Amino acid sequence: MKVISANNLTKTFGDFIAVDNISFDVSKGEIFGFLGANGAGKTTAIKMLCGLSKPTSGKGFVAGFDVEKESEQVKKNIGYMSQKFALYEDLKVWENIRLYAGIYGVPEKEISSKTDLLLESIGFQKEKNTLVKSLPLGWKQKLAFSVSIIHEPKIVFLDEPTGGVDPLARRKFWELIYQAADKGITVFVTTHYMDEAEYCNRVTIMVDGKIEALDTPQNLKTEFNQNSMDGVFHQLARKSIRKAD
Amino acid sequence: MKSITAENIKRNYGKVEALIDISFDVNKGEIFGIIGPDGAGKTTLFRILTTLLLPDSGSATVDGFDVIKDYKSIRKNVGYMPGRFSLYQDLTVEENLKIFASVFETTLEENYHIIKDIYQHIEPFNKRRAAALSGGMKQKLALCCALIHKPSVLFLDEPTTGIDPVSRKELWVMLKNLKQLGITILVSTPYMDEASLCDRIALIQKGKFLNIDSPKNIVEQFQKKMWGIKSKNMSKLLNDLRANPEVNTCYAFGETHHVTLLNEKFTIDNVKKYIENKGHNDVSITEIAPTIEDCFIELAKEK
Repeated sequence: MKVISANNLTKTFGDFIAVDNISFDVSKGEIFGFLGANGAGKTTAIKMLCGLSKPTSGKGFVAGFDVEKESEQVKKNIGYMSQKFALYEDLKVWENIRLYAGIYGVPEKEISSKTDLLLESIGFQKEKNTLVKSLPLGWKQKLAFSVSIIHEPKIVFLDEPTGGVDPLARRKFWELIYQAADKGITVFVTTHYMDEAEYCNRVTIMVDGKIEALDTPQNLKTEFNQNSMDGVFHQLARKSIRKAD
Repeated sequence: MKSITAENIKRNYGKVEALIDISFDVNKGEIFGIIGPDGAGKTTLFRILTTLLLPDSGSATVDGFDVIKDYKSIRKNVGYMPGRFSLYQDLTVEENLKIFASVFETTLEENYHIIKDIYQHIEPFNKRRAAALSGGMKQKLALCCALIHKPSVLFLDEPTTGIDPVSRKELWVMLKNLKQLGITILVSTPYMDEASLCDRIALIQKGKFLNIDSPKNIVEQFQKKMWGIKSKNMSKLLNDLRANPEVNTCYAFGETHHVTLLNEKFTIDNVKKYIENKGHNDVSITEIAPTIEDCFIELAKEK
């Protein structure tokens, strides 16, 4: 079953083609890595898929809804987490959960049981009344991820979720991603850590607004004759002529 | 002469111990990396060494000057690029450079040779406001501004955070070139793979150094044999390996899981049989060299 489907999706800003005719499908429960250099067009593509930006041309379907015409339905069926925008620092752990559950449309009578379940799943029972700003970064990221899937969305978009955390916390975070995927949630993730690209079922690499490669990490390494995803990335990203950086 | 010395530096913020007893020194012309996650104390250390923050106790010198008594001399002689973009957003590329040059009583022309290689990347955008630059270009401009007065010591606080792998490599090439000019560089990063590009590194966690040495020596100090193990189902493999009583540590490291055994008496053949009995296909096991990240995880656990 296809949970995300992009068909010739394009976005232009004036003369600038930010996203240039990209097409791909993502299946249920898949961990899909979305890589590219700064300025390659990743954020613009994600914004279109989340129903936050209208495509200039082409079609996108997320959870079965048209990203252009049914953007409100799209938003109800996805979760979103990024390193930059995640939790409210001045609210307690349970207040953040309560707030997001409401925003994501979890029915009132389910919120309390879902909150307990969430706290238990990440071992946060004791932190229920802790202010988020006093949690270590790795804990915040675990919490932010769990909150982003509290409404059991079909898809969760993770935009550089692991930046700056310590090596152990980064690995624990990926174990949460695996758990979510095992439960059937599709994970769409961007990262600058190339070892994390190896954890994805399939990886796309965007260069200058176009998708230059899309396959399993193993096949990409074979295709480009490299022994690591880092090597594949550098070989492709060097082709960029867009002088954004 | 040592470019930087630090002895028993301590610094608290209220009850939070940001730095606990930090001591190290940096040789002239060295690229010295402070490697560790967010919240480890990297920025606090940089702010103390650049005289922007006072330590609670301990002493430090930069270029022979004391960070408390001689703060004015230090400020004249060092370049500092903070983690957060710190240029004047409403001024153009050229105006930013000129301001930094005039504050340090020099001119763009006088030290052009130092910034030339980096500046050439952004010179075509001279008339563009700093706010309108891309992330990589901002970083290059900030580096030029930190270098314009020909500093003897350059402090770079997370210059590669949030920058893509290609731009990260470019930046490290620039740092190697600056080293050739005799500039001492203290650089912090959360990316463990950048450690190998430094002459020496300090691994930092929760305000303490876990180890200080060359990247090569740190890797050589790793006590146990390291195995890289993979199979078709990596997620199941991780759980299966961790459930094995002979396995000491098992962490996902991209393409393979990195595994150490509890005891040298245990053989990897046992582990192989065990994995195959768990129904894994295409099992591959090879002995590998540990990475700095492996060493960090190991050292962080011991403390």
